[in-house]
Amino acid sequence: MTPPTEPFIRWDWIVANLDDIGQRTWEHVLMTAIAVGVGFVISFGLSLLIIRWRRLAAPIIGVSGVLYAIPSLGLFALLIPLTGVSLLTAEIALVSYTLLILVRNIVAGFDGVPAEVVEAASGMGYGAWQVLWRVQLPLALPTIVAGLRIATVTTVGLVAVTALIGQSNLGSLIVQRGIRASFPTAILVGALGSVLLGLVADLGFVVLQRRLTPWARARSR
Amino acid sequence: MDFLAQVLAWFTAPEQWTGRDSIPVHLVGHLALSGWALLGGVVIALPIGIAIGHTGRGAFMVIALANVGRAVPSLAILGIVFPISLRLHLGFGFVPTLIALIALAIPPIVTNTYAALREVDRDLVEAGRGMGMGELQLLARVELPVGAGLLMAGIRTAAVQVVATASLGAVISADCLGFFVLKGIAIQDRPQIFAGALMIAGLSLLTELLFGRLQRLFVSPGMRGARGPTAFTEAGQVPREALP
Repeated sequence: MTPPTEPFIRWDWIVANLDDIGQRTWEHVLMTAIAVGVGFVISFGLSLLIIRWRRLAAPIIGVSGVLYAIPSLGLFALLIPLTGVSLLTAEIALVSYTLLILVRNIVAGFDGVPAEVVEAASGMGYGAWQVLWRVQLPLALPTIVAGLRIATVTTVGLVAVTALIGQSNLGSLIVQRGIRASFPTAILVGALGSVLLGLVADLGFVVLQRRLTPWARARSR
Repeated sequence: MDFLAQVLAWFTAPEQWTGRDSIPVHLVGHLALSGWALLGGVVIALPIGIAIGHTGRGAFMVIALANVGRAVPSLAILGIVFPISLRLHLGFGFVPTLIALIALAIPPIVTNTYAALREVDRDLVEAGRGMGMGELQLLARVELPVGAGLLMAGIRTAAVQVVATASLGAVISADCLGFFVLKGIAIQDRPQIFAGALMIAGLSLLTELLFGRLQRLFVSPGMRGARGPTAFTEAGQVPREALP
């Protein structure tokens, strides 16, 4: 694929295409943000249902577990007859992958709140919603953010695969500009870019978690 | 209904069953890739996980590996391995896909093996030591049997991930079930896309079930009453309590 005279990495190409690389990185971030954002809203709703009606836990976690077990290329392809080769197809699949991780962590977070604390809050005259928002949610936050962290990092990787169904992002740099065009520089830029994006997202959530729950840090020291 | 009939027609067409790009060729390719990758992953990762778990030294490596393993997208691993493999004249298709899949299988096996040995009750290990067991005996007769369930959970996670990701090998022309989906997209043949997806999803669910069974088989009878391993282990995720 590369003639011997062709250098492995063409720095001049990278410099000349910085705009395009930036654009695709932005598209990658955007697709990830949409998936995790929508996934979080749905998961939060489902988790509240599970907390209120325990019987719903098995079916909800069961269905999201099956969705989670379907490989990404398989799930994209299963949706194509319904929604075509489109951004919508990509996002539906990406959102469904976040559900299992997020629902499990949100429910586990709420379950981890000591019953005494909840009772004390009700005893002080808090209503059910107030207990939920002002007592349970803050205490569940570390576990919820941990779930968001795993979901986001996983999604960054899956967004790259959406290049196979025609989406533009760092993955399409790997597949279309790189592998199909026999151009290793584009492959490496796309691959290293998505690795870097995953690591940055991971670190970002560690920082967010510390900011949101200063008491946890104080206790562990 | 019309669409499903088209999918069925695709499956029953004779060209799907003989020739270079038939279902058997790509299914065998998929299984070969997955099998060798899992074997390679176990051979490399198990000794590392056992060494770190038994001695407790190098635990930071496990956490780093777990985080990096989760953050590196599978398509990126494939993308990085591919041009290097071409440069080294290892060819395209099978070899680079295999290398990428092995790299993917290692983190969950190392982290779970480490966690499996660390979770063994320290009193049990000390009792073994008191009975005069050597380090290897401790490993073979106490730590590994007690930790077998969690250890197998790691291999199961790796297996499921490898079988799922092997489909991406089609991007660099490895024989695997992803071929039908990519070809279907290229020639806008939706029944073929859907048929390929069904095979990919089916094989993954089968792997999940098979390794779930295997995992239960590996839990020694004396441990069956104990808290079982969680049903779904996140790739490369170490149980919280196992972290130092």
